[in-house]
Amino acid sequence: MRSLRSPGAGRARATRTAAAVLSLATAALLAGCASADPDSDSGGSPAAAKDFKQAEQKEGSQITVWADSTRLPSVQAYQKAHPDTKMKIVTYDGGADGSTYLQSKVQLFDRTGKGWPDVVFGSPTDVTWASQPTKPGAQPFAAPLDDKLVPQETLDGFAKGSLSPCEFNDHTYCLRNDIAQVVLWYNKPLMDKWGYQVPTTWEEYEALGKKIGKEHPGYLVGSVGDTNSHESYFWSTKCPAYQLTEPDKLRSNLSDKNCTRTAKLLDNLIDAKAVTTKGFFSQGFAKDSGDKVLMAYGPSWYGQYLFKTAFKVPAKTMAVAPPLKWAGESTASTGNVGGGVWMVSSHSNNLKASTELATWLTTSDENQTAAPTYPAYTKAAQAWLKNPANSSYFAGDVSEVFQSAADAVWTGWSNTKFPDATAWSSAVLPKLTEGKSLTSVLPDWQKEISNEAKADGYQVTNE
Amino acid sequence: MTVLETPRVSTGTPRRDGSAPSRPRGRRLNAGYLFVAGYTVLLLAFGVFPTAYSFYLAFTNERGQFTGFNQFTKVAKDYRFLPAFEHMLVYLVLWLVVLVVLVVLVAVVLRGRIRPGTSAVLRFLYYIPGALAGVASVLVWLFMLDPDVSPVSWLLEAMGLHSFAAVLAPGHLPLILMLIAFWTGAGGWMVVMYGALNNIPDEVLEAARMDGAGPWRTVWHIQIPMIRQWIVYMAIMAFATGTQLFVEPQLLQTASLGRVSPTWSPNQLAFVFAFQQGDFNGAAAISVFLLSLGLVAAGLLVARSNLFSLDDK
Repeated sequence: MRSLRSPGAGRARATRTAAAVLSLATAALLAGCASADPDSDSGGSPAAAKDFKQAEQKEGSQITVWADSTRLPSVQAYQKAHPDTKMKIVTYDGGADGSTYLQSKVQLFDRTGKGWPDVVFGSPTDVTWASQPTKPGAQPFAAPLDDKLVPQETLDGFAKGSLSPCEFNDHTYCLRNDIAQVVLWYNKPLMDKWGYQVPTTWEEYEALGKKIGKEHPGYLVGSVGDTNSHESYFWSTKCPAYQLTEPDKLRSNLSDKNCTRTAKLLDNLIDAKAVTTKGFFSQGFAKDSGDKVLMAYGPSWYGQYLFKTAFKVPAKTMAVAPPLKWAGESTASTGNVGGGVWMVSSHSNNLKASTELATWLTTSDENQTAAPTYPAYTKAAQAWLKNPANSSYFAGDVSEVFQSAADAVWTGWSNTKFPDATAWSSAVLPKLTEGKSLTSVLPDWQKEISNEAKADGYQVTNE
Repeated sequence: MTVLETPRVSTGTPRRDGSAPSRPRGRRLNAGYLFVAGYTVLLLAFGVFPTAYSFYLAFTNERGQFTGFNQFTKVAKDYRFLPAFEHMLVYLVLWLVVLVVLVVLVAVVLRGRIRPGTSAVLRFLYYIPGALAGVASVLVWLFMLDPDVSPVSWLLEAMGLHSFAAVLAPGHLPLILMLIAFWTGAGGWMVVMYGALNNIPDEVLEAARMDGAGPWRTVWHIQIPMIRQWIVYMAIMAFATGTQLFVEPQLLQTASLGRVSPTWSPNQLAFVFAFQQGDFNGAAAISVFLLSLGLVAAGLLVARSNLFSLDDK
């Protein structure tokens, strides 16, 4: 979707639209084949290319909001501050790895023709299916927010690239709540005590890891055992595992140099016992090894959620360093581990109230200053960083690293209609547990990604 | 079960007093219809209608056009189809063999070797796990299988399994699921088999003893042949529940943080087809596959065991 999106340029628009319609027609044709359709041409035109038709608007009508438990207090705060807006709040398991609850429900609502919630919190993966019809003739669940609902000025205020998961077919279908930019976390007192330099390149990270494996056995510089570890390492090192070259064409090439050298590096560190194949979030890890994590390459939310809450690391211990580069590279790039979005339903009878809520949740300082994770809206992020509650726990200032990493997320890793966690967890992790090397399972990983993509109607290339 | 048993008892033992039935036949019939009415309504609403609808879905596409066997070919060609059926079949073979052998063995021992009082207590104990809801049983097993929290972690460690991830290695899954299924399902069947063994007249066993049959011969040549139909019935029911495998692998998938494939069993695959890919027709085709498999297996077992020929005896 990103390749279709280039800002400005009115002349190119017609060409782009034509290209989009063409690719959608192809997609519909393919979907036709996929649904074992004997005569796909007579079924009507592809529905996605049509203009967004608003449902009948009823001013002041009640809106239903689905939020995960973390975001629930924000929604309740809005309701308290805006008693005129009639709201029904539902808590659900949104945004969890590979959770398909929202998708399942919307499939059913699309069949019964009613029941859609007005505003929902979801994962970026959700937008990829929500911006397209779930069946021929259905209206995509998410409303295009740039279509007279949210001013362009507001959309421009989000961190660079943070709205790209929301963009499809030249429209913006969600507002990004938070970013999960990947940074290097480290235990400052221990690093100082042992006299180690904080690495700035992958090569230094590898060398330090091997050294720690020898000099301080049991201490760790990272983990590859979680459902999202691949996003920390392979996304950050620009490995083209999930690259949409067009809305319906996926490139997944794990024999790319960026993937193989990352796998090799991690294999070396696994051999040195400095990187574990157990997950940070696996049962018992916090108890057994939580205090042995010297460094961790992971998202900004590791600070509060992993070190403070799960590992119970004392305050002023964990510090943050910028994302790593390969030697010789001038700029670092980083991955993005999660980060939720707010969507407004295209079926809503009260788009005004729904949009106002979604906008307030994502952009207002009032809400975001105290939010649990790093806001995607740049101004709100500044306010968030000024809040001592978000930074006083760490050893040193996190602002600069967080801000620069937020703008360095590599956009070559796309969100697809299927979650990127499944292939990694089910095809790679069990083999690592068996003792196989990451390098040796890259082909299995690529095969699983390609199979999943094909099953979801993508054309796949592995080159 | 009791429904099947009744004709044998009533035809086999003539009334001693020879009195006529006390109620007129017509009223008894009406009461009979009344009794089955509720069941019939539920059967139609949640059994027959959904089955018919899934047949309709399996032979059509999203626009309702007839597509013949295209949906079946499509799902059979899916890369997850064969592995899912393979997983299920390995599990089914394990589960059926272990179930039949152990349940019959335990029931025979309970009936013949254990004092009646103790036997009643044991039967009650065996039955308890089955009374736990499916999800709760799996949760119990999640604790049992995680070396970090398991009360039998020494056993897991002794087997070289030092982490939950190692326990859940793909090759171990059929065995784990069999354990869960046996733990939840077998107790109920032991009680049923015990009841079936009780039905064997004492005279028969006594005759066998007088003819010189030892305990082993009695079990093998008298008791097991006489409860054969119950064993077949159990096998059919267990086969049907086995093909429905969904909750257990689904929960293991969540608990293992995705290490277990979300399409491990055919039912899970159907779920993904319907609710992730929005392909209800493909999902229906998978469920029709499963239904056919269950019907063929049940048909074979019924034909081979004369399960329905009770009245001819």
